[in-house]
Amino acid sequence: MNRRSFLTTTAALALAATSLPAFAEEPLKVGFIYVGPVGDMGWSYQHDQGRQAIEAEYGDKVATTFIESVPEGPDAERVLTQLALEGNKLIFATSFGYMDAVMNVAAKFPDVKFEHATGYKTADNVAVYDAKFFQGRAIQGTIAGRMTKSNKIGYIASFPIPEVIQGINSAYLHAKKVNPDVEMKVVWAYTWFDPAKEADAAAALIAEGVDVVMQHTDSTAPQAKAQEAGNVITFGQASDMSAFAPMPRVSSTIDNWAPYYVQRVGAMLDGTWGSGATWGGIDTGMVEIGEISSAVPEEVKAEALALKDAIAAGTYHPFTGPLNKQDGSAWLAEGETPDDGALAGMNFYVEGITAELPK
Amino acid sequence: MTLGGIDIIVLTATLMAASTPVLLAATGELIAEKAGVLNLGVEGMMIMGAMAGFAVAVTTGSPVAGFLAGAVAGALMALLFAVLTQVLLSNQTATGLALTLFGLGLSALFGKGYEGVRPPSTGKVPFGPLSEIPVIGPVLFSHDWVVYASLILVAVTWAFLRFTRAGLILRAVGESHDAAHALGYRVIAVRIAALAFGGALAGLGGAYLSLVRVPQWTEGMTAGAGWIALAIVVFASWRAERVLIGAYLFGGITALQLQLQAAGYAIPVHLLSMAPYVITIVVLVILSAIHRHGAQAAPADLGRSFHASA
Repeated sequence: MNRRSFLTTTAALALAATSLPAFAEEPLKVGFIYVGPVGDMGWSYQHDQGRQAIEAEYGDKVATTFIESVPEGPDAERVLTQLALEGNKLIFATSFGYMDAVMNVAAKFPDVKFEHATGYKTADNVAVYDAKFFQGRAIQGTIAGRMTKSNKIGYIASFPIPEVIQGINSAYLHAKKVNPDVEMKVVWAYTWFDPAKEADAAAALIAEGVDVVMQHTDSTAPQAKAQEAGNVITFGQASDMSAFAPMPRVSSTIDNWAPYYVQRVGAMLDGTWGSGATWGGIDTGMVEIGEISSAVPEEVKAEALALKDAIAAGTYHPFTGPLNKQDGSAWLAEGETPDDGALAGMNFYVEGITAELPK
Repeated sequence: MTLGGIDIIVLTATLMAASTPVLLAATGELIAEKAGVLNLGVEGMMIMGAMAGFAVAVTTGSPVAGFLAGAVAGALMALLFAVLTQVLLSNQTATGLALTLFGLGLSALFGKGYEGVRPPSTGKVPFGPLSEIPVIGPVLFSHDWVVYASLILVAVTWAFLRFTRAGLILRAVGESHDAAHALGYRVIAVRIAALAFGGALAGLGGAYLSLVRVPQWTEGMTAGAGWIALAIVVFASWRAERVLIGAYLFGGITALQLQLQAAGYAIPVHLLSMAPYVITIVVLVILSAIHRHGAQAAPADLGRSFHASA
């Protein structure tokens, strides 16, 4: 027995000893780890809104804790282990890059349940959940294609993972549909949260002549940079970012995790929690479209809302064939739509995007 | 003016804005380290400067007041560090790390309510006809005053360390505090002053981040800039002019790689992303290889506590 496993075992025993007698009255401990600070006003902020919804719903029956600004990588494993040792029975890991850390820690703590956002690896005690952000991107793409004057749309991307690539493809396809001349410029920031770098990326795109900036990073820095430029529109990302409405933020995609979190904690409380994969969209309310501001012409707004209704009703899928991959090879035949599994592994640009996708 | 699809003027403007926070913080840290104190709390001092500068600028409507407040907040953080390490003789490394964590937490607490607020804009320095000169005008004469102030500060720091008696005393304290003490110099007082100056510059750099470069307040917005500043001091082998080279090189390549991407260059993005780090290291390694004594350039008493009776 080495020192680490000795410490782990001792800590676990100590916990078991202290928690057993009071088992009945103990609140369910729920832990969260966030990739950015709660005050990022974007991604991590929305997850924390979900955590607060749990507290509001179940009161004394739950005790939640969160650890913010946890980097993806080895540190995540340490933090997850710490949360598990502290007696949290349900742990939400809210970033893609926590995936392997979650799997490792889940194997060590079989009686602790884990929920991993945007990942694809599951186990008996690991469930995954995600939102169909690309549905929101379809609406943003439509507004962007209608409103751009330079026909150049800029996209600040984070990491080349399926979740981000789906968004770029969806935004491009829908902008292209209403404006065949549109061109997409993508800058990879390789970070989820770094306001200075996000601002620099926005500035570089604006210097290249884009007048629409979309972002798949978590801070509001690109919004501030667009506001400074004056004639550039943006979309709130993850959170409404309504402080920047009506210009530059003309609409937003809001991740509403609260109903899912409340439901999953409820399942833990009545003992019905099971592993699985949940991928919610506009229809289930996990993806919400923030108010389309007065800067958008009425007819464009109506068109965007009609698209939203069609997606919500299930009569329209943002990826509907015929569609080709960037290299010209066929992806979807006429009228064909991809299944969720194919989307979850998306690793290519669609035809028409000229940038190169980092591997 | 464009070169290979990259607008040189935009690049220069972005480069200078992107480098200024790190340049200011690194110059401040240089002075502290020259006096023999290793303050790892640069990140904490910067973020406090960013928060305080932003809050005061928004409240008063004056960016100048904001920058002053940022410098004061940074200096106060540094004085806290000074009391702990110089008076109470705590371990400098541990105290510096604690200062960073403390600053990140405290700024998040005080910064609540300032998210999504727009700061007053910091004006460009009016150079009149000079800024109309093609190429040189937009590159050299179109920045805000903090950019020029940071360059002047580097020059002053360089001259101070090289030519003044006070600079000599500061260096003596950093090289051998016992010898400086024996000569009658007040080691602790010199070190506290150096730390306060370093903190003020880190705070100023933080305020530049939240008032000009981004411009907004967000928790944790320094995102590691303080650590870059610390690294640049080491790579610059404790010389002011090399701090300038290091900061501009790093900031410049960071800005350039984003612009190359935006311009649609088919260079692998991974290479571009790591370029600022790799190139900065390579250039500064070459610089210190040319000057053979570069490797031993660290002040001899860096990080060692001084107590008069010892």
